[in-house]
Amino acid sequence: MRSEPNQAESTVASISRKLGTCLMLSAVALGISACSGEQAETRIVRIDGSSTVFPITEAVAEEFQITTRIKTTVGISGTGGGFKKFCRGEVDMTQASRPILHEEMEACKAAGIEYIELPIAYDALTVVINPQNDFVTSMTVDELKKMWGPEAQNVIKSWNQVNPAWPDRPLKLFGAGSDSGTFDYFTEAIMGKAKSSRGDFTASEDDNVIVKGVAGDIGAIGYFGFAYFAENQQAIKAVPIVAKAGGEAVSPSEENVRNGSYQPLSRPLFIYVNAASAEAPEVKSFVDYYLEHSTELIQEVKFIPLPDNEVTAVIEHWQARKTGTGFGGEPEVGVKIEDLLKRI
Amino acid sequence: MNKQASALHNLDEVRAMIKRHKMNDQIFSIIGLIALMVGLLTLLILFIDLVMDGYPKLFSWDFYTNFPSRRAANAGLLSAWVGSALVMIVTFISAVPMGIAAGIYLEEYAPKNWFSDFIEINVTNLAGVPSIVYGLLALGLFVYILDLGQSIVTAGLTLGLLILPVVIVATREAIRGIPVAIREAAYAVGATKWQVVYHHVLQYSIGGILTGVIIGMARAIGETAPIITIGALTFIAFLPPSPVTSTAPFLNFDWLTSGFTVLPIQMFSWLSRPSADFHVNAAAAGAVIIVVTLLMNAMAIRVRYKMRKKIKW
Repeated sequence: MRSEPNQAESTVASISRKLGTCLMLSAVALGISACSGEQAETRIVRIDGSSTVFPITEAVAEEFQITTRIKTTVGISGTGGGFKKFCRGEVDMTQASRPILHEEMEACKAAGIEYIELPIAYDALTVVINPQNDFVTSMTVDELKKMWGPEAQNVIKSWNQVNPAWPDRPLKLFGAGSDSGTFDYFTEAIMGKAKSSRGDFTASEDDNVIVKGVAGDIGAIGYFGFAYFAENQQAIKAVPIVAKAGGEAVSPSEENVRNGSYQPLSRPLFIYVNAASAEAPEVKSFVDYYLEHSTELIQEVKFIPLPDNEVTAVIEHWQARKTGTGFGGEPEVGVKIEDLLKRI
Repeated sequence: MNKQASALHNLDEVRAMIKRHKMNDQIFSIIGLIALMVGLLTLLILFIDLVMDGYPKLFSWDFYTNFPSRRAANAGLLSAWVGSALVMIVTFISAVPMGIAAGIYLEEYAPKNWFSDFIEINVTNLAGVPSIVYGLLALGLFVYILDLGQSIVTAGLTLGLLILPVVIVATREAIRGIPVAIREAAYAVGATKWQVVYHHVLQYSIGGILTGVIIGMARAIGETAPIITIGALTFIAFLPPSPVTSTAPFLNFDWLTSGFTVLPIQMFSWLSRPSADFHVNAAAAGAVIIVVTLLMNAMAIRVRYKMRKKIKW
């Protein structure tokens, strides 16, 4: 053995020196980029919740932070996960693609957390088909029910089983994953009961999977939020929906949602603000900013802004700091926002 | 005559056998090559695909210095790569000294009894526990019981736990490679146990240990599931407080409790956007993660090579 201890020792020393330099260098690099550390400490506005509403909140948070320099963070735990954190008091507000439910109300009550329910935009659940599908020009709610209901499982396998006028072509179904608010709302609106659906369809939490699936098969049909349709109009086609037998077929569009004719698949999106957090000036100015500036930002991220009279009603509701929910823990389809706010 | 014939017959048999064995060798080498190519080509195609999709973003400086944004063109990786780097620092500090110490103890100090065997089995099994389980453990332990919040320190400790078994196993493997003669020689000239470990065992095995550490870190940087479980953010347009300050004591630990996001989460968030413009960003982020991982693995190989060259037995 020719190696001398001190040589070996210097190996370890040089390694630890190198690692030390490495850490120092990265620390310095961070130090240079983190220039905001010098400012006066302000409270951070913490938001979590639905991934559907996320693009809107992100847009508002981005602009708000540029304008006011107040720090804002947004997470996506889903509507249910968001309410869990909200009712533990971990966040100042949560985004929701459906109203708060009974057990979540109980959890908030147990923790002594009061909340202000603010509708902020509409979304139109859009039923989409392949652009080369020329046999479907519209669909009734009953047809959708026949196609997606739990009874259809392993029974309805081709288009002509739903409507004899349609060809004998295999039916390929793409839908939202069962954890999503989209799934809850679609089943509630079509089947009349949340989470009541056949199970043998391609379920995905990633709506881009549904876009790809429908774009690649003439016999495919799927549903998701309006934004995914608006961004992919070359690849897929929206189906006009007939709400009641004998009624008119209505396409999902900003106008039809705002005038209330696109039924039953248009839904309001919400933010829930912790009433105690709303006392903090940072949170207050964030919500003010949200309600005042969201119209153009909502259009930019392809959601549907509330009509002006509803925006005014929501702002009044916020300024009065009215706590509680207008739904009483039950999901509800086709509710008018003005009526909703009057209930509280 | 008969004998000769049987010898000849035998020779034919042997030749046939050799031929058959050579063919078997060839068949196996082809199977082996195909197996290798499946792995290698998949990675290569995936990487090329990501680079081609993310090309416009990948070579733009703004991509690395911009915060996330609702506009795909402005959206960047800044908070994600800073978050990943800070989390990795915590992971390194928490897992590496502990893992190496545990490895040395198990290999050099621990008595060989049922208890050591029990620990050994546990450590090996820990290395195979799915990462989401570490995430749930961390959510209960660090976030709720220890009240560390959804912060960088929580994420760093979680990933530290995740790579701890990897570091321990690597340390032990490296130490086991040291010939007993080295230890005996050191004892013979009167070295204490600690001197043997520090001056000899550790010196010669440090290359192997570091290789294990770097590969463990490379695994940790791509982990998503445990980080999502403990509640990483998706939109965060500010950086944690700087770890170094311009005034005494020059170090600041506020960054440990700050909210954060990491590279894989940023990528996932972009991927699920409706607008295809964001998918370019997601591809670029994916390419960045692969490059970082490959660089770390290359560093591991280099370290091992350099350390090996220094050993002169």
